[in-house]
Amino acid sequence: MLKILKYSFFDLVRSRWSYVYLLFYLLIGYVLLFLNHDLSKAVITLMNIIVILVPLIGTIFGIMYYYNSREFTELLLAQPVKRMSVFLGQYLGVALSLSLSLLIGLGLPFISYGLFQSDAVWEFGLLLVNGTFLTLIFTALAFNIAMINENRIKGFSYAILMWLFLAVIYDGIFLMSLVVFGEYPLDNFSIIATMLNPIDLSRILILLKLDISALLGYTGAIFQKFFGTHTGVLLSMTILTLWVALPVYNIYRKSLKKDF
Amino acid sequence: MIRIENLYKRFGRNEVLKGIDLQIESPGIYAVLGPNGSGKTTLIKSILGMVIPDKGEIFFKGNDISKSPDYRNDIDYLPQIANFPANLTVKEIFSMIKDLRGGQASDQELMAAFGLSPFMDKRLNTLSGGTKQKVNIVLSLMFNSKLIILDEPTTGLDPVALIRLKELLLQEKAAGKTILITTHIMQFVEEMADEIVFLLEGKIHFRGSVNGLKERTHTSNFEKAIAQTLTHHYA
Amino acid sequence: MFLRSLYTGILFLFMGLMVKAQSIEVCSDCAVNSLAKGIAMAKAGDTLLVQKGVYKEYNLLVDKPLTILGKDLPVIDGEDKGEVIRVVADSVEIDGLLIRNVGTSYTSDHAAIRIVRSKDFRIRNVVLEKLFFGIFIEKSTHGEILNNRISGDAENEYSSGNGIHLWYSDHIRVTDNKVEGVRDGIYLEFSHHVNIFNNISTDNLRYGLHFMFSNNDSYRNNVFRNNGAGVAVMFSKEIEMIDNRFEKNWGTASFGLLLKEINDAVIKGNTFEQNTVGINIEGSNRIVYEGNDFIRNGWALKVLGACYTNTFTKNNFLSNSFDLSYNSRMNDNSFHKNYWSDYTGYDLDEDGIGDVPYRPVKLFSYIVNNTPETIILLRSLFVDIIDFSEKVSPVFTPDNLLDNAPLIRRRK
Repeated sequence: MLKILKYSFFDLVRSRWSYVYLLFYLLIGYVLLFLNHDLSKAVITLMNIIVILVPLIGTIFGIMYYYNSREFTELLLAQPVKRMSVFLGQYLGVALSLSLSLLIGLGLPFISYGLFQSDAVWEFGLLLVNGTFLTLIFTALAFNIAMINENRIKGFSYAILMWLFLAVIYDGIFLMSLVVFGEYPLDNFSIIATMLNPIDLSRILILLKLDISALLGYTGAIFQKFFGTHTGVLLSMTILTLWVALPVYNIYRKSLKKDF
Repeated sequence: MIRIENLYKRFGRNEVLKGIDLQIESPGIYAVLGPNGSGKTTLIKSILGMVIPDKGEIFFKGNDISKSPDYRNDIDYLPQIANFPANLTVKEIFSMIKDLRGGQASDQELMAAFGLSPFMDKRLNTLSGGTKQKVNIVLSLMFNSKLIILDEPTTGLDPVALIRLKELLLQEKAAGKTILITTHIMQFVEEMADEIVFLLEGKIHFRGSVNGLKERTHTSNFEKAIAQTLTHHYA
Repeated sequence: MFLRSLYTGILFLFMGLMVKAQSIEVCSDCAVNSLAKGIAMAKAGDTLLVQKGVYKEYNLLVDKPLTILGKDLPVIDGEDKGEVIRVVADSVEIDGLLIRNVGTSYTSDHAAIRIVRSKDFRIRNVVLEKLFFGIFIEKSTHGEILNNRISGDAENEYSSGNGIHLWYSDHIRVTDNKVEGVRDGIYLEFSHHVNIFNNISTDNLRYGLHFMFSNNDSYRNNVFRNNGAGVAVMFSKEIEMIDNRFEKNWGTASFGLLLKEINDAVIKGNTFEQNTVGINIEGSNRIVYEGNDFIRNGWALKVLGACYTNTFTKNNFLSNSFDLSYNSRMNDNSFHKNYWSDYTGYDLDEDGIGDVPYRPVKLFSYIVNNTPETIILLRSLFVDIIDFSEKVSPVFTPDNLLDNAPLIRRRK
């Protein structure tokens, strides 16, 4: 698996798209800092970008890479390597090269603006951890969709729909149901609904850092416990890890049965 | 060397292999023939473990192939379409495959034979279709494996490279190897194949020599023999 | 001021002519081995010099002008039996004592030091520990409460008292005190012309500072941190609130500053940082909010009920989850030349003022007011989208509520 990971990674870090992605983040980082001069504020703006764009880019990259490397995958499958290694190797190749672009692309501008001397360093770190998680999750989800759909156009559409659903529509439905069922106790529902969407989950992790003052204004005891103690961070991190583990496990499972 | 027992495979509603029994022991060149959709590629991919059969077993050197991927160390495979990671160089793709398989590789001689040396540092996405196919052939033949499987090897080759390929196959056969080929070029089959395995609707319709098929259909022309087999069957 | 110097003058006259002021030493091995004895022996104007040691005494009554001066912080231990010192005479000064174990009672408000109907008192350098009420000033005027340290261990509101408690007491100066761990750090009821400067009030159960029915008071340069609910100013008028810090007052009904039925106040140069609500405003009118910094609060301003003719100018609103929330569609308050970190407009004529007005009320804050659980969707893309559409054409939020001249750069 490591050998396949190595070559997929080599391939990807040299691709034009990795550079585009890297440049995009460098640009965002510098532009934000140039406009704000304020690290904390730039971190908040960045959060909005990361939570939405990282999943989109992970999804598109994942699905494109899978479809484009189909024949190469066949070549690999004819080699004496385990099937699991082929797919997980490719998956990690994509996910890691994307994460690397993110880390370098955002890290450089912020470090050059004196991140380490600023108190925003923890928030920024959390942001990068989140971005990496989201990359791992959405690349894995894209691989899943691609493995199920032989038809590229279908697969691509499903992937984009999935992103649109999790990034926007889900929250719309969530908000509507909260407003409609406002008379009922909704603490548990809200927390569970948040856990079921990785984008919401990483948004909450950032909220816990940036907006704790507002979150603690809510009266519910369960919210209080969730937001007021370390429970929230620990639980969110655990579920995010699950969000990586489950799709990856499914890639493994699918890879054992799939025909080429 | 290969023993296939009662092999079934369906893709959705489409039943592709309906009980294949095939045994190949002695070295030589075997051509797997059949019309489109008869299951040639599926059969080959089943042997390679890329398609997982619904029913039946495949043994390679007496071992069930579903147990471990290691048996593929003894198989060289040339896929139908060559498409490699776009941003790796020719050199890197060679070292990658060597890396994955380990063992001795005779890539230098083969590269010289197909004139690939000038392309070693080029990225794979800059190569022409024919050059890619040459890379593909070298990749699949550079290990000294007992079994060689070639899926449509003649696609996109110029006449010089085609001659090289034929020489190479004969050389391998002389070295006591078993070679499995699918192709649509009947002239190539007639010239090269020791034995043909003719698939029709997921079953083995005929197995024997080129001459055997000619005799069976009472024709002296191989292409006509094939055509007659098909029309006879569908009539 | 005039009155006080007059009284002091009279006192000096009295001491000079009639009796010579004496100093009486109190220590455990002395002839005078308790404060009670010392007070009984002393004549008006004497100084009681209390040496280092532990004195187990309570219900001490000071009924003549005295100075009780502690050397090296002697300890008066009330052993939880009741009130420790009660002053019923004018011109009493208490300096440098450590008073502890004031008795908790559910029927009377026991205090470490209580001043009753007296003038010109001065309490300073006193340390209070394990107390019920700390310094209780009742119907007294012209006093000073200076540089004291009050630290309680209050656990619930019904069994705890206030650190500094003023009741019907006017013209008092409360300066440089540090109060923590009590119910209300500083409490004023029916007390006017009180100056509260440079105090630090932290970790109190309820409010850091609490005004009820008190007018013409001023508090400046104080720090209120991590109290149950910040500072509450209720049913009072003409209060000055200048250069204070309100920090980390977190919780369900928590805020930096609560204004309830307050008129004609001035709120200037304060910093509100990381409170659940910066200022919670209910039924308050004609208040000037100027040059305050609101930094990373849940809600910088929460306006409830009818509030008229308030002006908000030159404030900085920096990275609050919500800058402003209104529960009505009516607006009679003006926002002018504030800096809003969420402002995304432009300044083509480069006069430092944005060319597009800023709308500080977001649709989402309206939704959160109605369905609090929705707070969990804060900063979601969907929420940004509906906020944007509301910004373009306001339906739920007051459409005249805007800052017509938002600043482009943060006011320094």
